[in-house]
Amino acid sequence: MASPSFREISLNGLWKNNPALVQLLGLCPLLGTSNSTVNALGLALASAIVLICSNTAVSLVRGVVNTAVRLPAFVMIIAALTTCIELLMQAYTYELYQILGIFIPLITTNCVILGRADAFAAKNDPLRAAYDGLVMGLGFGVVLVLIGALRELFGTGVLFANMQLLFGPMAAGWQVTVFPGYPGFLLAILPPGAFIVLGLLIAGKNRIDQALVERARAKQPDAPVQSRRVRVTGVIE
Amino acid sequence: MALPRITSPHAKGSNRTQQVMLQVLLATLPGVFALSWLFGFGTLINLLWASACALGFEAAILALRQRPLGFYLNDYSALVTAVLLALALPPYSPWWLTLIATGFAIVFGKQLYGGLGQNPFNPAMLGYVVVLISFPVEMTSWPAPHRVGLLDGLQHILGIAALPDGWTQATALDALKINKSLTIDELWAQHPAFGRFGGASVEAVNLAFLAGGLYLLHKRLFTWHAPVAMLAALALMSLLFWNGSGSDSHGSPLFHLLSGATMLGAFFIVTDPVSGATSNLGRLIFGFGVGVLVYIIRAWGGYPDGMAFAVLLMNLAAPTIDYYTRPRTYGHRKPTRGFKLGE
Repeated sequence: MASPSFREISLNGLWKNNPALVQLLGLCPLLGTSNSTVNALGLALASAIVLICSNTAVSLVRGVVNTAVRLPAFVMIIAALTTCIELLMQAYTYELYQILGIFIPLITTNCVILGRADAFAAKNDPLRAAYDGLVMGLGFGVVLVLIGALRELFGTGVLFANMQLLFGPMAAGWQVTVFPGYPGFLLAILPPGAFIVLGLLIAGKNRIDQALVERARAKQPDAPVQSRRVRVTGVIE
Repeated sequence: MALPRITSPHAKGSNRTQQVMLQVLLATLPGVFALSWLFGFGTLINLLWASACALGFEAAILALRQRPLGFYLNDYSALVTAVLLALALPPYSPWWLTLIATGFAIVFGKQLYGGLGQNPFNPAMLGYVVVLISFPVEMTSWPAPHRVGLLDGLQHILGIAALPDGWTQATALDALKINKSLTIDELWAQHPAFGRFGGASVEAVNLAFLAGGLYLLHKRLFTWHAPVAMLAALALMSLLFWNGSGSDSHGSPLFHLLSGATMLGAFFIVTDPVSGATSNLGRLIFGFGVGVLVYIIRAWGGYPDGMAFAVLLMNLAAPTIDYYTRPRTYGHRKPTRGFKLGE
């Protein structure tokens, strides 16, 4: 198998094979921590860092690890990296660490990370694996932050509240009140809001894809129409 | 004796969706009258505004889905959803509350699942629950009976003026929920407006909905199984846990049957042919489950009334109930029920 180009990897991670919108992996943190922008951004950064490091590490040891025991080995690597991130967050962003709670150790079981380790990093060189980790983490993180921002906006009417939890005291004034006097819409903050917003985002992505296909088809009007063979009976070879 | 000459077909197609929905709308009339008599124009304004919103949302999403507008708007199903929702919302609720509730009912509760007949949840109850958990203050401010003028009401709906003092009043279910130390008789003596059993003269409303429901039953729009099972379960539960008139009492069976949304739920929500169970045995189980859950939520839950939550929970269970209560098919000695090994 030829190594994929960097362009291909980027397109896969950010759009075509987006972990949150297409693969629907890592839904637990995606839905659980997206009730505000700062929570979403915190977990997105932590997951992305773990993903980049784990992809690199898995790629480095891919020739050494026996295939039969590869999954436990990968999980050990990911767990070790998650512990590092957890300790770092405990040291530098303690309040955010307390808010995110169980979701930080749960990065270990995030299917995106194990999925990329097994499906990509175990078969490619470290540079490509690290780059794949970056774009996959970015694709996951962008969706996570987008859901967080939308839920915060519809739930409370403000954006970027409590950003000092992540960026220190200088970020305390970053809060933007988009709808002044907004009564608040609790459903958006509650778990159903996460499912509804994610569903709408997936629908939006599918609509854009459909429009792209239609546009591409319109550009080549005289392309031969593919005939579909109708199966009548028996087995088609 | 002159016999009238009638040619075939003799059977009339009276079971079309539009006819059914019209009958349901007709059957809500006693309830509408009772609510209007109690609370003034609030219910009617709710009805009109909710219907307009529902038809608007339905038309918009049908256009998005590229479905024929006239055909689907003419089946009046959106109108029924809007009417049931408007009857469940407090009279004179703010305009945006009704808008959001109908929007979620029609768009998220019905059309996103594929329209009429595809919705796993009762759309009206879904819309109601969305606004209930999002805006608890607005949803629990029922106006006191016979007190609201049209102008005050309109100002409240449009959000211009704040509520006048003493405008709203706790319903009997609210009062019972927050009651700690008073016996039932003392509690009722404090609130003369609670009426005889149901609270806030809501017993009249419930009796009106009962009349409408009996009309629908007479017209055979639904079978008796689900509503009777639901009311029986509620009565049974309240009888079992009825502690006379002590301060820890949850109210008598009659109180539970005639207060809150009991009758509206029993005859207009639980009988929903789409989101409920389909076999007769299934309907019995479905209704029984709703009744038990309503009582559990009323007595020990966080909300004064639990009709909407109970219905949604049982809607979730309806496919499983159907799966295990399939009736016997013709030519088979025993019904096929559930999953058979080796099938």
